[in-house]
Amino acid sequence: MTYEDRLQNVSVLGAAGKMGSGILLLTAVEMADLSLKPENKGKSFVLNAIDVSPEGLAGLMKYLRNQVRKIAEKKTVWLRKIYADRDDLIENYDIIDEYVFDVLNVVRPVTSMAAAYQSTLVFEAVSENRALKVKLLGDIDKNNDNDAWYFTNTSSVPINLIESEAKLDGRVLGFHFYNPPAVQRLVELIVTDKTKDEVQNFAKEYAKNLRKIIVPSNDFAGFIGNGHFMRDALHGINEAKTLAEEKNIPLYQAVYIINKITQDYLVRPMGIFQLIDYVGIDVVQFILNVMNPFVTDEELHSDVLDKMMLQGVKGGQMSSGAQKDGFMKYKSGRIVAIWDMHKQTYVDIEKFKDECDDMMGELPSSAVSWKSILKNNKKEDLLSAFFSDLKKSNDLAASIAVNYGRRSKTIGEKLVSDNVASETDHVNTVMLTGFFHAYGPVNNFFD
Amino acid sequence: MTAGFNTVSMGTGRKEFNPKKARPGLEHYFKEAGQGSIKQINDAENVDEISIGNFMAARFNKQANLPGFAAYIDDKLQWKPSISVEGACGSGGLSLMYGIRSVLAETADVVLSMGIEVQNTVKAIYGADILAGAGWFQKRKNGHAYFFPGQFSDRAGAYYEKVGMDKARAGMKQWFINSIENARLDPTAQEYQNQVPDLGALYDKFKPNGAAFVDNLTVLDCSKVSDGASSILICSEEGLEKLGINKSDAVEVMGFGHVVRNITNDPEDLTELQTIKKAAHKALEDAGITINQVGTIETHDCFSIAGVLATEALGLAPDGGGADYVAAGNTARNGAMPMNTTGGLIGWGHPTGGTGVHQAVTIWQQLTGKAGKAQIKISDDRPYGMTINMGGDDVTVVSIVYKKP
Repeated sequence: MTYEDRLQNVSVLGAAGKMGSGILLLTAVEMADLSLKPENKGKSFVLNAIDVSPEGLAGLMKYLRNQVRKIAEKKTVWLRKIYADRDDLIENYDIIDEYVFDVLNVVRPVTSMAAAYQSTLVFEAVSENRALKVKLLGDIDKNNDNDAWYFTNTSSVPINLIESEAKLDGRVLGFHFYNPPAVQRLVELIVTDKTKDEVQNFAKEYAKNLRKIIVPSNDFAGFIGNGHFMRDALHGINEAKTLAEEKNIPLYQAVYIINKITQDYLVRPMGIFQLIDYVGIDVVQFILNVMNPFVTDEELHSDVLDKMMLQGVKGGQMSSGAQKDGFMKYKSGRIVAIWDMHKQTYVDIEKFKDECDDMMGELPSSAVSWKSILKNNKKEDLLSAFFSDLKKSNDLAASIAVNYGRRSKTIGEKLVSDNVASETDHVNTVMLTGFFHAYGPVNNFFD
Repeated sequence: MTAGFNTVSMGTGRKEFNPKKARPGLEHYFKEAGQGSIKQINDAENVDEISIGNFMAARFNKQANLPGFAAYIDDKLQWKPSISVEGACGSGGLSLMYGIRSVLAETADVVLSMGIEVQNTVKAIYGADILAGAGWFQKRKNGHAYFFPGQFSDRAGAYYEKVGMDKARAGMKQWFINSIENARLDPTAQEYQNQVPDLGALYDKFKPNGAAFVDNLTVLDCSKVSDGASSILICSEEGLEKLGINKSDAVEVMGFGHVVRNITNDPEDLTELQTIKKAAHKALEDAGITINQVGTIETHDCFSIAGVLATEALGLAPDGGGADYVAAGNTARNGAMPMNTTGGLIGWGHPTGGTGVHQAVTIWQQLTGKAGKAQIKISDDRPYGMTINMGGDDVTVVSIVYKKP
């Protein structure tokens, strides 16, 4: 079966979700582009968008329409060539409209799982629940006579367990997109001992056509990305708790400080608590629960997250992409208040900001912002100068930051020594491309 | 001509421009530009007629019947004759021609001539469709997604073959540098706030890429997508008196050339701007002068290559010598023939239907000493200014020669 043949009937499970919708978009575009090639005229390409929520699917179609238009606007030069034989399509307007229709025309939004019985390729992006994933994939495979392949987007469940429990012998691999899939270039590829070469080769070609960067990860719960992020997040939460106790300040003030340090002092795109909110407190808790049974030498759990969940504060994003309130409250993307777990209410930053900033100390004049440095070709030198000033400083924030940077490196090195990643470069690539860090966690800046 | 006025050329490059936010529409630009001229005279009642140059408000703004907006500028313009003229990016020049002819025919003593375009209503990829209307629609299907950049990319490609790519691009690069440096001197220019320290290095960094844009040009070779309007008063001597305007505040129209080329034909030679050549020569002949008596020129550089080719069409440089002529600094503000002294279409901006009038306003400013920081010295032995306004790919061209008071 050729690459094209394999992509003629595809299903995405959980298509209306945050990850599923992005996977669906990219796959729909790839399939439509194949269908528009002269050699594929006459072939049908079907992409089942399967989800339990009819409302979600309705929203998905709107999302697709808007996103495909944006994609079409960026590749109109190519599209004019593709539609060169269509005399009725003259202006860019006509051509872009036709392309939007052609992509949407590949997609079949359905709530019934049975649609996947005809597929040759199934993407799984349902919630991070091992039993659910195993049941769905096992049920589909029992009813599917096409020797179908299964790409799971799980970010934490070991693939070999899904493989054996759903009886998918050699036909499943982990194809882990980062959020949002349409934007993030990183894909973690996880294979088992049994995964067939042809499945892997297809995955690589598909990733290449989607212009994704593949990083191989070994089949350990959490893989590289969450392996680092989860431990980094727990460190952040623990630092906040320690700081609150030592300085005798409320936890929300410590959350403010640690979030600020992890963004401004560690030169990251967002602070650690904002990142937890972005991913969703519920999702982080869930992934920790999935990972924890597989690790023996540490406890991947946080009572702070449990408490937040009990209080109904979950973070995550609205379907519009806007940030929901979590540890922090957001107003048009800006942090305006922090959750007080005792009073169960948000406290305006303005009320305690100055006091906390005083406690933190001054940011050295060599400080650089994440945005300014990301594409700067003197990045290494500038970071080196800034971080060495931090090491020299006795300020509270500087010492927490240096400690944080060291911990981040330890986490990265442990991923290699635990054989989750086969080399430190893979860890760094994941953090650089999947988390948009300006520098990899395994570095010499904080030594 | 007197009492010229330019609005800001609004679009990318201006700090206050945010494509995601609502912006002033046609109405605003009509009012700002029209009143800008009227405020310089004693009484709007003294305006006899209004001519409006506009290219595609019918598509950019879904608005036609523009003559009615004359009365929106000032109550006193209601019940007067007003007309809208169109010749693509040459619409502004046609607006001037309407006014000049009306005054010459003695049907009017004072004509308010305007040019206006509000283009940032659609994304560039759709704007390209709209602007493609300046070409022959029968050729649109086989044209480039970015139709006009595609047309001038072909011209640039032919020129690269003729004189060598490095030489050609050295000229185009200098044209770009001059444009931005001049724009930095005019607060209404779209690139006024441009602070790039090394423009040449910036230009070198961009390489033409046909997969993403067009084969032989980069975005730096292109004029801007702009919202803007300009206006100027075209008067007889009696008209000037009636307005209470001193002759020292007016320039004299000495001659014009107004020429079209068959739009359904391809240019005979891609490296020659034939229509510009004919129109400019006609204007000079009409004025009874030679190009050497001209002190400054505003030419239609919708693309840097058009600026380079214009120097040849005007006879400033020999055939194939335009690139060297520009690269040597001859067209810079302190060069042998200062051109586009407030940035032209690449630096000041290109509100398509407004550009022809903007050029006239710039020449009026330079010849009457009102160009502010952009002022160049106009010597008495070369007291003339010249404008060249082009619609489409060298199709509708208006060239006018002006004399300083």
